[in-house]
Amino acid sequence: MTTRIFGSGIRRREDPRLITGQATYTDDIKLPGTVHAAIKRSIHAHARIKSVDTSAAAAAPGVLAVYTGADTDGVLNPIPCAWVVPDSDVKAVAYPAIAKDVVRYVGDAVAVVVAEDRYQAEDALELIEVDYEPLPVVVNPEEATKDGAPQLHDDAPNNQAFHWVASGGDSDAAFDSPEVVVRDTIIQQKLIPTPMEPRAALATWLPSMGELTLWSTSQNPHICRFVTSLVTGLPEHKIRVIAPEVGGGFGSKIAVYPWEMVTAFCAMKLGRPVKWTETRSENYIATTHGRDHVEHVELAATRDGKITGVRSVVYAGMGAYLSTAAPGIPTILHGLMYCGPYEIPNVKAEVYGVFTNSTPVEAYRGAGRPEATFLLERMIDLLAAELDLDPVEVRRRNLIPKFEDGHDIALGLTYDSGDYQLALDTVLDHVGYQALRREQARLRANNQYMGIGVSTYCEICGIGPSQVAGAVGFGGGLWESAIVRFYATGKANIFVGTSPHGQGEETTFAQILSDELGVDVDDVEVIHGDTDNTPMGWGTYGSRTTVISGAAIALSARKIKDKAKALAAHLLEAAEEDIEYEDGKFFVRGSPDQSKTIQDVALMANVAWNMPEGMEPGLEATTFYDTPNFSFPFGAHVAVVTVDADTGHIELQRYACVDDCGPQINPMIVEGQVHGGVVQGAGQALWEGAVYDENGQLLTGSMMDYALPRAHLVPEIETLSTETPSPHNPLGVKGIGETGTIASTPTIYNAVIDALKPFGVTRLEMPLTPERVWRAIHQQ
Amino acid sequence: MFATEFEYHKASSVDQAVHLLNGNQEAKLLAGGHSLIPLMKLRQASPAVVIDIGGIEALKGITASDGVIRIGALTTHGAIARSARVRENCAVAAEAAAGIGDPQVRNLGTIGGNVCHADPGSDWPPVLCALNARFMIQGPGDWGPQGTRTLQASEFFTGLLTTALAENELLLAVEVPRLATNQRAAYAKMPHPATSFSVVGAAVLVSVEDGRCTAASVVLGGLVPSPMRATSVEDALVGEELTAGAIAAAADRAAADLGDNVAGDSVFASADYRRAMAPVLVRRALSRAAGLSRD
Repeated sequence: MTTRIFGSGIRRREDPRLITGQATYTDDIKLPGTVHAAIKRSIHAHARIKSVDTSAAAAAPGVLAVYTGADTDGVLNPIPCAWVVPDSDVKAVAYPAIAKDVVRYVGDAVAVVVAEDRYQAEDALELIEVDYEPLPVVVNPEEATKDGAPQLHDDAPNNQAFHWVASGGDSDAAFDSPEVVVRDTIIQQKLIPTPMEPRAALATWLPSMGELTLWSTSQNPHICRFVTSLVTGLPEHKIRVIAPEVGGGFGSKIAVYPWEMVTAFCAMKLGRPVKWTETRSENYIATTHGRDHVEHVELAATRDGKITGVRSVVYAGMGAYLSTAAPGIPTILHGLMYCGPYEIPNVKAEVYGVFTNSTPVEAYRGAGRPEATFLLERMIDLLAAELDLDPVEVRRRNLIPKFEDGHDIALGLTYDSGDYQLALDTVLDHVGYQALRREQARLRANNQYMGIGVSTYCEICGIGPSQVAGAVGFGGGLWESAIVRFYATGKANIFVGTSPHGQGEETTFAQILSDELGVDVDDVEVIHGDTDNTPMGWGTYGSRTTVISGAAIALSARKIKDKAKALAAHLLEAAEEDIEYEDGKFFVRGSPDQSKTIQDVALMANVAWNMPEGMEPGLEATTFYDTPNFSFPFGAHVAVVTVDADTGHIELQRYACVDDCGPQINPMIVEGQVHGGVVQGAGQALWEGAVYDENGQLLTGSMMDYALPRAHLVPEIETLSTETPSPHNPLGVKGIGETGTIASTPTIYNAVIDALKPFGVTRLEMPLTPERVWRAIHQQ
Repeated sequence: MFATEFEYHKASSVDQAVHLLNGNQEAKLLAGGHSLIPLMKLRQASPAVVIDIGGIEALKGITASDGVIRIGALTTHGAIARSARVRENCAVAAEAAAGIGDPQVRNLGTIGGNVCHADPGSDWPPVLCALNARFMIQGPGDWGPQGTRTLQASEFFTGLLTTALAENELLLAVEVPRLATNQRAAYAKMPHPATSFSVVGAAVLVSVEDGRCTAASVVLGGLVPSPMRATSVEDALVGEELTAGAIAAAADRAAADLGDNVAGDSVFASADYRRAMAPVLVRRALSRAAGLSRD
């Protein structure tokens, strides 16, 4: 028996081109006659535009055109918000491509220059004179809702973008006279996604055909085409969107932004290909941010540590406008996950979406679930402290027992499968939890401060089905399609509507097909990212690509297998029911030498010289797959930190995690996803934060001040797994792209608070800078 | 990132570089490019002329003679960190170099470019001041004030992002002493997590005879506009046995030495916090120099 390709940690086929510089990103594409756009951005967080004088810029060398909001107004429709969560009074405020009257954050566009080269365009930007009348500014989401706060949009009183409530059980009764209650205000600081590649767009317009082609750094080219059609008014079938190599997104490349649309506008006006590529500084102010919650949370429990209720009031910053998917993130993807892996009977989430004078907020790796997991894991540690119980013990008393086929939670979701206790036991055994606690006690006696943080989580991903998408106000479907096509030579292509941008699915998708049909993995190539040659799909985000696209591929493969079996039976002159399949061969039962390989069948199907009566030529199948439910991966993480009491410096000493995403198609890729996720979550706990001053100026506007995780600051991450298949997915798989980020922030945070226990420190704001820790220790 | 237009010259010798510098008042020298290029990309610096001296071989390399290690201005931090000559004779310089930025920065950034930029977060200024390093400078003339001259480190660094280097002068080399057997030096810093720039740093050089400190040089960096000697810490050390207690007592005086001379608040670390950290870093550097600890 050969090693099964499904489950094999083969190397990523994407990597050679990525690490040798052969990958083609949007900015690498050079079309003859391309001209370059640069965007004049507001230097004020809130101001009325009194005038924009573009005359000097228009006359500058190499400049072809300068456009302002007056030019795009009425030509480009406002940028739509595509996730209008029902029953929450979403204020779909106007989001113009270029601001005409008022700018609402530092980075809002006021003009675009197109010049023969980018240097000329940048020089001309400096010649644009904008006369602003500054207006009052608010950046804190809770402050923005108060009476008298500066108002961003006339049609959103108190800056309220929406108000959403979800509840299950009787959450208010749970707090009537609880045995124990713990409370906290949690700040989920604003984060800057920082993909390695900033955003870029290249647009060409063929007037004779009425066709627009847009290369865009998108996680979801089909959605981009759909929205481009809405904004430009061009018919969808006359638009082609191509996401070539995309260098990471982390959610920040889901949205359709004004500037891709402005790039298209310029191309249509000028009849020349127009390219716009963001600088890193521009990326930090003009590409969406993540998180930005102020959360007031209460948790009720019995004296023996059983949680009886959780409720919150959350102020979720939306930034200045509603980005494409923004309202769904702190609501559907956050509030509905307040039960986590625990049996919590009474829950209520009340979320205010709030406009602030800051960069719009969107999905950022985990999108809503990191905030929900942090909230629960933080409150459970507070409960443990209140009851003087080990935090692990409190978790044990509340975890949902093992289930294999569905478990209903108070908030109405049905989890697919879970074995939370096993994940917890596995990670605790691995780290030697009791020994760590003894070591901690020994060190404390010597005035050395080690902390152990534990979290158990479950998250919601593999976003779908479409019926639910409709019910929760998502402006599209959430199914995926996949075409598998075999050629006469026995080689195959897989065409998908999702658009991987670093996750490695060109490899894992090929493994799925290889496993299903016995074709060599190197004989399969995965095609994605171009609306002209891939079937419809809703994109890569929410850890859904492998779960949903992968399922579509498996089902297409199974359809092909059925056809191949029938064709093989015909060729072998046997009855179809006598044909068996194993390892890429169809053979007559009992006579394995009488066989046809999948390649033999592919050849015959393609030349079609000898087909059974009524069978169509070709060996190809298409599947539109709509998942019956989300997938709910889960796990348990442990962090060990030390704190230098003299400086407040935190050292992440150990990080161990158990993540369960069901059967792993490629364990190496799973491990890579967990590594990246854990480190990104560590970034939120320890280093990252978009900080604004009172004027709405971003103080962390470059990588000099915005501290991303660095390799030397992170220990070896010890990855383990358990395997609990999802009952409703044809492959049993669950998403793994975001689990690390979801779990690691609270794990590390809890470890630091645990280290500081001797000082009586119970709360800190993130990121946990040395100064914050030092001040807490020394009560400064 | 798109710089404004500039004229580019590549100098192949020191003479040519000095000649170009003398003839172009608006010129900036480009060495490893790790200070100038970012500023130009952000249009915070827009020199009309850039003279690339990065290819001048005579300015690269490390040589030893007569009690000094001579480090050419274009020697990279990485080369210094890896140099056996530096590690054997003035280990603190190699250690400081190894803590700069990250491998990419260390392999391109040069000691000369770094000190001429005189960023308060740089590691070299306090370390070179504590070592009493000498800076060899070439002007446009053959000798005298217009020709070559030598400055002490303490004379070279004159303030925030400023040095004693005239607009038409070029730094040739930095000379650090070979430490004597009774001398010990150490550098301790709190690095910024994003950049490894020094948030607070302390460089020390102590001489010990018969168990007592006979001379001490304690220089603060990171939190001050330009490197600053903590003279009362130094005074407290001289004549003392370098015990943990004596070091702690002396280090505590760093706060008083600083007074209000603390460079601005930042998101990462406020001025108050940085001031409070100065004695901690001084103590750690001294403890390490005295062989009492390794952290």
